[in-house]
Amino acid sequence: MAQPATTITDAPPEGWNGVVSDWSSDQRAFKNVPWGKAMMWIFLLSDTFIFSCFLLSYMNVRMSTTVPWPPTSEIFALSFGGDPIPLILIAIMTFILITSSGTMAMAVRFGYLRNRRMSALLMIATALLGASFVGMQVFEWTKLIVEEGVRPWGNPFGAAQFGSTFFMITGFHGFHVSVGVIFLLLIARKTWRGDFDNATPGFFTSRKGNYEAVEIMGLYWHFVDLVWVFIFAFFYLW
Amino acid sequence: MAHAEGQQHPIGIYFKVWILLFVISTFSYMVDYLHVESYLRWGLILLFMMLKAGFIVAVFMHMRWERQALMYAIMLPPVFVLIFTGLMSLEADNTFLSRITFFAV
Repeated sequence: MAQPATTITDAPPEGWNGVVSDWSSDQRAFKNVPWGKAMMWIFLLSDTFIFSCFLLSYMNVRMSTTVPWPPTSEIFALSFGGDPIPLILIAIMTFILITSSGTMAMAVRFGYLRNRRMSALLMIATALLGASFVGMQVFEWTKLIVEEGVRPWGNPFGAAQFGSTFFMITGFHGFHVSVGVIFLLLIARKTWRGDFDNATPGFFTSRKGNYEAVEIMGLYWHFVDLVWVFIFAFFYLW
Repeated sequence: MAHAEGQQHPIGIYFKVWILLFVISTFSYMVDYLHVESYLRWGLILLFMMLKAGFIVAVFMHMRWERQALMYAIMLPPVFVLIFTGLMSLEADNTFLSRITFFAV
């Protein structure tokens, strides 16, 4: 039997009535949404709360300290031979992550068009951009720790909480990017081999994969970009 | 049916959003570069942040094409973070006042 989710043809009631009828229906609330995608969304929601807690604790310590907050614009400035350009490394990192989000969106599209080589290549490009992002973060951390002497318990610029919140927030985000790069390479390999065209059983679950896996991968990657939007605004620019 | 073969959308909308994200990011960088200060600064940062977040979720993550049951399930809970933000800023103000009252800097 075909999946019941894809055979629903009657249009759902519009607006709030549709939401109520979906939620009060039998068996599944998220109709037409593959379970893997629904679960990824729910995971991302929980991750949203984790990052929200980090950013809120950062807000709390920054508002309650009596010592001036370190000038992020100057700390993260970089000089290319001439005068230091404020926040330039962070701006480059932002643009790299947006570029990678674009290549990821293209990979999802080519996956559904059954162009597996193109989809895999775009995912590898996304992974490379992600890896370069992590590389720049390593550079940034090294510069801050070795040259500027920033520590989780203090720094030469001002409020001591700057270090702990910086390492916590950017570290956790960088960890997400690193996991995303590994995840991308795994899905790219499966795509390249044609696992999703031939419905090859998966290694762990023996389930037959399909191109929804690429879209689910995309959701995770765009979320990483999304979190960076908030970190960029609140931590670096504020 | 739109969902029979997953989410498929014209390539043009991705490129438009991609370019928009670059432009908005440049704007938010300019806020810092041009030393915009105080409420105008915070307002612009929040505006550009929400615009970028909105475009990423709506188009790249396909949320605008999902059924509303999923949309509300995912988009409403983060609103509670705003209440948490309110509580934490009250808490922070209280800590700050206690610090300047009792630890006189």
